[in-house]
Amino acid sequence: MEKIAKGESKMECNNTERKYLTVNPLKTCQPLGAVWACLGIHQCMPHSHGSQGCTSYLRMQLTRHFREFIPTTTSSFSEAQVVFGGVGNLKQAIRNILSIYKPKVIGISTTCSAETIGDDVPGTINEMRASGEIPEDVKVFTASTPSYVGSHVTGFSNMVKSAVETFAKKSSPNGKINIIPGLLSPGDLREIKRILKIMGIDAIILPDISDVLDAPMTGEIHLYQKGGTTISEIEDMGNSIATIVLGREAGIAPAESLNEMYNVPYEVLPLPIGISNVDKFIMKLSEITGKPIPYELEEERGRLVDMMLDAHAHWYNKKAAVFGDPDIVEAIVGYANDLGINVLYALTGTYSSEWEKTVKSMVPDAYVSSDNDLWYLKEQLDKKPVDMLFGNSHGKYLAKEYDLPLLRVGFPILDRANLQHFPIVGYKGTAWLVERTGNTLLDYKDAKSPEHLLELIM
Amino acid sequence: MRQVAIYGKGGIGKSTTTQNTVAALSEMGKKVMVVGCDPKADSTRLLLHGLNQKTVLDTIRDEGEDIELDDIMRSGYGNTKCVESGGPEPGVGCAGRGIITSINMLENLGAYDDDLDYVFYDVLGDVVCGGFAMPIREGKAKEIYIVASGEMMAMYAANNICKGIRKYANQGGVRLGGIICNSRKVDNEEELLKAFCKKLGTQLVYFVPRDNIVQRAEINKKTVIDYDPQAPQADVYRALAKRIDENDMFVVPNPMPTDELEKLLIEYGLMD
Repeated sequence: MEKIAKGESKMECNNTERKYLTVNPLKTCQPLGAVWACLGIHQCMPHSHGSQGCTSYLRMQLTRHFREFIPTTTSSFSEAQVVFGGVGNLKQAIRNILSIYKPKVIGISTTCSAETIGDDVPGTINEMRASGEIPEDVKVFTASTPSYVGSHVTGFSNMVKSAVETFAKKSSPNGKINIIPGLLSPGDLREIKRILKIMGIDAIILPDISDVLDAPMTGEIHLYQKGGTTISEIEDMGNSIATIVLGREAGIAPAESLNEMYNVPYEVLPLPIGISNVDKFIMKLSEITGKPIPYELEEERGRLVDMMLDAHAHWYNKKAAVFGDPDIVEAIVGYANDLGINVLYALTGTYSSEWEKTVKSMVPDAYVSSDNDLWYLKEQLDKKPVDMLFGNSHGKYLAKEYDLPLLRVGFPILDRANLQHFPIVGYKGTAWLVERTGNTLLDYKDAKSPEHLLELIM
Repeated sequence: MRQVAIYGKGGIGKSTTTQNTVAALSEMGKKVMVVGCDPKADSTRLLLHGLNQKTVLDTIRDEGEDIELDDIMRSGYGNTKCVESGGPEPGVGCAGRGIITSINMLENLGAYDDDLDYVFYDVLGDVVCGGFAMPIREGKAKEIYIVASGEMMAMYAANNICKGIRKYANQGGVRLGGIICNSRKVDNEEELLKAFCKKLGTQLVYFVPRDNIVQRAEINKKTVIDYDPQAPQADVYRALAKRIDENDMFVVPNPMPTDELEKLLIEYGLMD
């Protein structure tokens, strides 16, 4: 069966001209990213204005990835709301959320049906605010997030942008920096906060899902966890020295808003994965704040270099394909360059010509595409194979079919537990990624070796 | 059963013409159902002697989807069956989706009785989105009549509707039965419309002259045949009904480019 499928692929499917068909997409829909962003705000209830299925899907997907409870409410459209408008359901939902779930913040994102029929969500909130139905101490922000535009990365960006535009203010300078960390995992955020602490830098991270989606098991059940950016922190973002955007695609829009509204300058950096990218981050932090780089971080860097040297033979000159969300793909391409791994393909499903330009400049010989899917990669692997894959769980079928090791990074990771607790950012996180990269290749080699060739010393 | 959809520019007299024609058909002994596809829900007012009909969508909203046919169908003049799709208030929701919902509901409830001779869909204004094309999709209405006048915007709309018909004609079996002129007493109106129909490849089904009795009957919430069966205008509608009943010219129209349409208007408008 498999042979037939492959044969067909070789004979007929190679470079199939496809204009309207996506197979195994490298993206999901805007509301998912919007809910992700809301979860990183302290005591925020993400509300999805649309049909139940939209919410069910994204909750299920986030739960599968984080293996945590994902609270989300829905306007629960039925046919009648699509015809008559969903504003009545939105109002009822807000009343229910206020009385049952008692959040400090409600983050409302929209869905395809709500956008298509043109429901006026901000207007409805203003009306409920004016009539006193929404009390002063509950904050609400809204974003327009139809699935037929962009991807979950766009939804994340739109929601964070709305949070900044709704809440940020200008009063007096706070000496802090803002960090928009994109869709990093709780483990990554924890590592970024550790670095900031070592450097003695006060930062506002928006959103921050650490202590929310990696909350400890205490035996008690809480709807809201202790983590998340608070509203007063978001308000304070207008007073910061600068904003550091980690990952252009997910984070530049809110940084631009802060710049336009309050002249907060911003710097766009790749996610700090891989020694070069971490260097950029650390040096930029030092440059912006004037704080020296502590020796402790230099030691961490030195250990990372040592590890890279010790194991370089295992990965040097290997060919790789990288796929997933744009920001992580860009960062992993940088990481691969540091290690001497040749990236032949860098693919994402979130369209961005800027991203394509950036990544292309890093790997001029690679095929770089921001509007692509895994079917394309499959077709290419028939002609120009690679030695390994970096990407999300969706790549496991390619890994199986082409007998390749898959290093799981990014979103979604649905078939391995606990990865999101371990950082891949910073020198320490990169060190852990280096360990995984080398040893995954060795595990693979062992698994492929006949018994008489099995090496003890590698 | 012949399923007929009436389209045309907003305010051209679709509902009035449809109901007067339906009254004449029922007088001829035909069993007719009228489905109003306009959120204003005024497509059956003259047959029912007032806006006293709960719409399909209002019923679904108030009572859920577990409803009976009797909840949404009323009997009007000459035992015509009257249904109003209804829709959202202006400025919210999606009226197009409403028509889809309501026609699906009518089908599920078995409103399309085999005994019916005619189903008339009276559809709002232009075919603004897919929902308003529902009556001509999926093999429902197979014949369309466009109500127009010699006014430029009415003809412009009619031409535009022909584009929609052409699209669905290629996918299904819908055809244009002709143009009905609801006269606005424009100069050379009949000649202009005949020329217009010729360009489209269709026919002028009937020229309905302007007569104030139509308005008087409307004020009394009646069709002309119901209000004054002896009036000459009643015979006009009888003749129109007969033309539709006997019509056997169904075409895929050839809508014209805008400049060609404008040329036609100038040609006939400047004849005097």
